[in-house]
Amino acid sequence: MSASLALPAPRSRRARLWRRYGLAGIGAGIVLGWVLVAVLAPWLAPYPPDFVDVTNRLQPPSGQHWLGTDALGRDCFSRLLFGARISLLAGISVVALGAAFGTLVGMVAAYARGLADAALMRLTDLVLCFPPIILALAIAAALGIGTTNTIIAMLVVWWPKFARLARALALVQRSQEYVEAAVVLGLKPARILGRHIVPNAIGPLVVLVTLDIGNAIITFAGLSFLGLGVVPPTAEWGAMVAEGRELVEQWWVATFPGLAILTIVLGFNFLGDGVRDWLDPKARSR
Amino acid sequence: MTASDRREAKPEAVPVLEVEDLRTVFLTDAGPVRAVDGVSFTVGAGETLGIVGESGSGKSVTALSLMRLLEEPARIVGGRLRFQGRDLLAMRPDELRALRGDRMAMVFQDPMTGLNPVIRILRQLTEPMTGHGRFTPPEARRRAIGLLGRMGITAPERSVSRFPHEFSGGMRQRVMLAMGFANDPALLIADEPTTALDVTIQAQILDLLRQLNAEFGTAIVLISHDLGVIGSVCRRVAVMYAGEVVEEAPTAEVLEDPRHPYAWALVNAVPRIDQPLGADRRLVSIEGAPPDALALPPGCRFAPRCPFKVERCEREHPPLAEVAPGRLARCWVTQAGQVLPKSGGAGFGGARPAPAAAEPLLSVRGLVKHFPLPRESFFAPKRVVHAVNGIDLDLKRGETLGIVGESGCGKSTLARLVTRIHAPTAGSITFDGQEIASASPAAIRPLRRRMQMVFQDPYASLNPRMTIGDTLAEPLVAHGLARRGAEVRERVGELLATVGLNPAWVSRFPHEFSGGQRQRISIARALALQPELVVADEPISALDVNIQAQILNLMLDLQQRMGLTYLFIAHDLAVVRHLCDRVAVLYLGQVMESAPAEALFARPLHPYTAVLISAVPVPGRTRVVLQGEPPSTLVLPTGCPFRTRCPIARPVCETPPPLAEHEAGRWAACHFPGEFGHAGVAA
Repeated sequence: MSASLALPAPRSRRARLWRRYGLAGIGAGIVLGWVLVAVLAPWLAPYPPDFVDVTNRLQPPSGQHWLGTDALGRDCFSRLLFGARISLLAGISVVALGAAFGTLVGMVAAYARGLADAALMRLTDLVLCFPPIILALAIAAALGIGTTNTIIAMLVVWWPKFARLARALALVQRSQEYVEAAVVLGLKPARILGRHIVPNAIGPLVVLVTLDIGNAIITFAGLSFLGLGVVPPTAEWGAMVAEGRELVEQWWVATFPGLAILTIVLGFNFLGDGVRDWLDPKARSR
Repeated sequence: MTASDRREAKPEAVPVLEVEDLRTVFLTDAGPVRAVDGVSFTVGAGETLGIVGESGSGKSVTALSLMRLLEEPARIVGGRLRFQGRDLLAMRPDELRALRGDRMAMVFQDPMTGLNPVIRILRQLTEPMTGHGRFTPPEARRRAIGLLGRMGITAPERSVSRFPHEFSGGMRQRVMLAMGFANDPALLIADEPTTALDVTIQAQILDLLRQLNAEFGTAIVLISHDLGVIGSVCRRVAVMYAGEVVEEAPTAEVLEDPRHPYAWALVNAVPRIDQPLGADRRLVSIEGAPPDALALPPGCRFAPRCPFKVERCEREHPPLAEVAPGRLARCWVTQAGQVLPKSGGAGFGGARPAPAAAEPLLSVRGLVKHFPLPRESFFAPKRVVHAVNGIDLDLKRGETLGIVGESGCGKSTLARLVTRIHAPTAGSITFDGQEIASASPAAIRPLRRRMQMVFQDPYASLNPRMTIGDTLAEPLVAHGLARRGAEVRERVGELLATVGLNPAWVSRFPHEFSGGQRQRISIARALALQPELVVADEPISALDVNIQAQILNLMLDLQQRMGLTYLFIAHDLAVVRHLCDRVAVLYLGQVMESAPAEALFARPLHPYTAVLISAVPVPGRTRVVLQGEPPSTLVLPTGCPFRTRCPIARPVCETPPPLAEHEAGRWAACHFPGEFGHAGVAA
């Protein structure tokens, strides 16, 4: 009967873990790797990032200069390592501050309803109706070149999506029966918000935060590429790609910073997917 | 005598469907789950067979197996399936496609997702007809319109050009049935076709199924968890448990004298609207849960829960054998000739104490709640949902008041107004002498202790991120009823024990519990503050019948022990009759009739009450089927709200009848109370 059925053996625990968290592990590895690189850059880099050696300009990758040198003879490898600092700093700070502010706006709007809700959401719409990168460009140009100014410009366009999502999530929670139950139990609004609404609404926000860091890194690199991000001698990947974009023969100048951007964004995306799976309490217990 | 009876009198040579030892497994990480494990039955031409069982018993998987609609990880691993003599299991995919929707059709449970939302009704109907080459497009169009008319859709010529979202749930289920009958199939498989519908709409659909079977001679396999539904359509029934058929017999005989203890439990777990109320209100409920499909017991699969088991049951797996002419049961006990008792369970003994006639605990006067809707466009008029339109109610201490009505009648809104989750638009709510209709949230908070609520959906009413220990401790701490630490832990343990759960489970999360267990937790949470009034909003409608019986028994027990007052909201009239002292019938947010439960069901004064009672599926009873659906709550009818559907409406009904006391304790809002009452139902 059932014993004679040709059934595949149940998958092993390791195979299941791999299927569930494999990509997330890779993502976490990449991200962790870049964080280590950023922290240890001064010790890992063979040269100072701004060390100009014009006699050695545009050297191809070699034992001396692993990733070659750029038009000013600076060591591309060292600049790549230091570039990780700026990219991570910009990406994480834009998303963290943007998410914090946006979530606050969204949750307050959803809980207050009425006039406050309408006013906050129209403000959000106002920002959202501009193409983000163009608006950020305009603001950054107005504020002047510099890492801090570019981060501020990005923050202005970054928070609305979190406000939108946070409001939608909080509204869904508001009508959940367990929130109604909490109201009937006579709990105070702060507790209902803090214990019942926020913990159940936070999951998608955390996922968006993780996925969005990669996005912010690309945008920042993009702004730098257009000449707005960092003040010139500073090593930054977007600016490095820009420096190399006309050097067709010297492919290494633009390629390696581009690959760096690619890997770090992929890393955050994999990690974000993993966080999403992990935050689902049903998936976790399996 | 129906047509199906006549047809069975001269049996045809080849049955429509023969199922022999069907085995379907789900290949999971943990091992193969045997969802259907050796099911056999035969359906002759024009016959009707019901399949009944609780969730997870394998009834839906059986239906999908019959249509060969299963996808990985499910796989049919054994048995034979023959449709009109042809082997279904040997068919190629294209042969199956030619058969599906043509000779054999299926109607699914959810009318909301069963239709493609972007395709007009006409094309959804004509596609199977032209696709199978039976009709030319003009013929198909004519037939589609004819079928819709036959299914009771008004103005089918116009309706066919609509989209599914313009139809209500009941209408969509009619469209699905029309699709099922599009090619005049030999077999229709209906998987819980009425579960998502109101009782009045359910009655219409069941009547339709019966008529279609009689007229077209289509064999029907009807899958349901409700024996009453099956009894009103199907002559025979197969009762499934843990992937097996445990009893197969004529439906009427199973309802009268079940021969398998599981069938016995199913029959006795539901209160019957057509039987006298006993002094003992406890229902039969069997403990435990269905066996783990990965580790089935070696003997009878029902043995671990069976109240009648003998020693042999745990050792040997019983075969499905004849226990009486035309009756099969898979039970050692009844095969040995033993008879199962009429009803079981130890009760309270004696009648329930009549509630003391005192000041009402809860009193509602002229309660109104309107929900504004967003405008459809900037210049469109404001739209308002008239959910509750002037309700008067009194609820005495220790009493159970049942609120019944179709969906959209405002019963859930009423529950949320009484507990002040919503603020009423107008009217007064007095709880133990205190006016709470317009009190601020902070002013009500101290009263919350005395007034609690149990919600409908056990999957949505518990915070998924809190352990049940935290869930139960929260109200205790918030109201300062227990100090954190040992005192709270002790109290939480007591609460769990009170509702029949293991106190050691405090650190588990809600998703680790079944629906019935979650509903117990929900009740425990409501009891944590030792309330006087518990508002229960459809607390059992999401549960299997056996679990329903357990929860109802628990609620009865708790009322006895703690002297609780219940406001019990339900759509199941038999349950309300069984549990409640008084019943109020709502229609379009107004009370149509309010009376002591027994009197109301024995002799309804309001015509709406009469048709509502008559819609409850009880085998062998003629019903007064209420046509149409409740009008929209956006624009209320003038005069008596029920007059647009009322079978005895007259010109005078254009003036709204007041809710008046026509007999002692019996209130009705009708100009002709009692005129369309018992006589109409019994006819």
